[in-house]
Amino acid sequence: MSGLSAKIDKFIEMFIDYKGYVKVLEGLSNTLLIAVLGLLIGIVIGTLIATVRVVPKYKRLPRVLNRFCSFYVALFRGTPVVVQLLLAYYVILPLAGGHMTGVETAIMIFGLNSGAYASEIMRGGIQSVDAGQLEAGRAVGLSFSTSMFKIVIPQAVKNILPTLGNEFIALIKDTSVVSFVGATDLYVAFNYIGSNSYEFMVPYIVMALIYVVMVLLITLMIKLMERRFAKSDRRN
Amino acid sequence: MIDVINLEKHFGDKNVLDGINVKIEKGDIMVVIGPSGSGKSTFLRCLNCMEDPTGGQIIFNGVDIADPKVDINLHRRHMGMVFQHFNLFNNKTVIENIMLAPVYVARSERRKAKHKNFWIGVANVFRKEKKEKYPIGQSVAEIKSEAREKGMKLLERIGLEDKADVYPSTLSGGQKQRVAIVRALAMDPDVILFDEPTSALDPEMVGEVLDLMKQLAKEGMTMIIVTHEMGFAREVANKVVFVDEGQILESAPPKEFFENPKHPRLKEFLSKVL
Ligand SMILES: Nc1ncnc2c1ncn2[C@@H]1O[C@H](COP(=O)(O)OP(=O)(O)OP(=O)(O)O)[C@@H](O)[C@H]1O
Ligand SMILES: [Mg+2]
Repeated sequence: MSGLSAKIDKFIEMFIDYKGYVKVLEGLSNTLLIAVLGLLIGIVIGTLIATVRVVPKYKRLPRVLNRFCSFYVALFRGTPVVVQLLLAYYVILPLAGGHMTGVETAIMIFGLNSGAYASEIMRGGIQSVDAGQLEAGRAVGLSFSTSMFKIVIPQAVKNILPTLGNEFIALIKDTSVVSFVGATDLYVAFNYIGSNSYEFMVPYIVMALIYVVMVLLITLMIKLMERRFAKSDRRN
Repeated sequence: MIDVINLEKHFGDKNVLDGINVKIEKGDIMVVIGPSGSGKSTFLRCLNCMEDPTGGQIIFNGVDIADPKVDINLHRRHMGMVFQHFNLFNNKTVIENIMLAPVYVARSERRKAKHKNFWIGVANVFRKEKKEKYPIGQSVAEIKSEAREKGMKLLERIGLEDKADVYPSTLSGGQKQRVAIVRALAMDPDVILFDEPTSALDPEMVGEVLDLMKQLAKEGMTMIIVTHEMGFAREVANKVVFVDEGQILESAPPKEFFENPKHPRLKEFLSKVL
C-alpha cells in the first residue's frame, strides 16, 4: 500500500504546496455559480412558461405566446446541453458579435435549458393544485396573474420541491461539460492537478467525493425546505 | 340590484342555461333549488362571470357585467362567493385568507393614485394652473393593520379569533366554511353567492354554518343561495326559485312555493325531497 500513500503525498503536495487548491476553489465556485444561477433563471423562466401554458386560450395573445413557449421547450429539451453550449459559445455569440466568458455563457445556457425542464415540472405542479384555489382568488376580485402568483404557484412550488431538487442535483452534475467552452470547473481543476503530478487516481477520487458531498448537502437543504413548507399541512 | 335578462350558457352544444330571467333586489334572500345537473351552479357561477355567459345580460349596480369588455375584477369585489368545498387559500393562515383581498385592493388603489400623481406632476411643470393630485391616504402598514383589525373583528364574530394564525388545514369543515363566509364579508360585498355551502359538511356542522347565514340575513345582507336545505329555504328566504333544465320553472315566496306549487315538475320534485 506504500504506492497509495505516496500518491496521497503527491496529491497533498500538489494541492497545497503548488496551490492546487486555488484552482479547485475556482472550479468549485464556478460549478456552484453555474448551477445556482442556472437553476434560479430556470425557475423564473419555467414559472413564466408554465403560467402561459395554463392561461385560458380564447384570446389571441395567449395562443401566440403558448405556441412560442412550446417551441422553446421542444428546442431545449430536444438537444443535448453540450450542443447548446457549443453552439452558443462558438457560433451564435461570435455571429452576434457578443463577448461572454465561458462561465457566463454556461450560466445563460444552463438557465435557458433548465427553464425548459422546470416549465414542465411547474406545469405539473400547477395542475396538481385544486382548481378551487384559483376560483376563490378570482371570486374575491384578484386578477388571473395575481391569483396565480399569490395563491396557486406557492402551493405548486411546495408540491414540486422534491422534483425541483432532483433537477438541481442533475444540473450540478451536468455542469461538468463547461470545460468544453474553456471554463474552469471541478473537473478542469482536478485534471490540472493530475496532469501536473502525473497522477490521476487520488485527484479523481477527491473530485468524486466533492460531488457526493455537494449532492448530500443539497438533499439535506431540500429536506429542510420541505419541512418549512409543510407548515401549512400540519395540524396546529 | 341584480337584473338577469335572458341569461344563456352552453358548453359546446350542450345548453345548460336556457334563458333565465330574474331580478334580485337589495336585501333579497333568494334560494335556488332544483334537481342535480339542472344548472344551479352554472347559474350562480354566471352571476359573477366565473363562467362567461354565452348570451343575455347581467345588470349589476347598473352595469352589464356579462359584457366581456368590463373589468370583471372590479365588480367581483362587490360580490362575495362561498363554495361547496370552502376553497380557503391553503398557503395562507386564517387571518391572511381574510385580509388578502382587502389589502390587495387598497394597495393597488394606492399604487394607481401614485402613478397618476406622478404624471400629473410631470404635466404640472408645463401647466399654468396646476392640477391637484390625488390623495394617497394610508401607508401600506396602515392598510395592513386596518385589514387585520377588521379581520380579527370578523373572526371574533364567529368565535374563531384564537384560530387567526393557524392554517386552514387544521380547521373542521364547519369552521372552514364560516371562515370562508367572513372572508367574503371582509370585502363589504353588496351580495353574497352561496353554492351548496353545507353539502360537504358533516351533519353536526351544518347548523353552525346555517346559523351564521341566518344572522347575515337578519342584518339585511343580500344573498343568493343554492341549497338542498328546504327547512332553511322556508325559514329564511323571501323568494325561492325552482330551476330545471336550465330554466326557472317557478318563482314564489317560500310559503306559496312549498305549500302551493304550481308547475307539475316542481310538485314532483318536492314530493321526492320533502
Ligand atoms: N365546465 C363544464 N363543461 C361542460 N359541461 C358542464 C360544465 N360545467 C357544468 N356542465 C354541465 O352542465 C350541467 C349543469 O351543471 P351544474 O353544475 O350547473 O348543475 P347543478 O344544478 O349545480 O347540479 P348539482 O346539484 O349536482 O350541483 C351538467 O349537465 C353538467 O354536466
Ligand atoms: Mg352544483
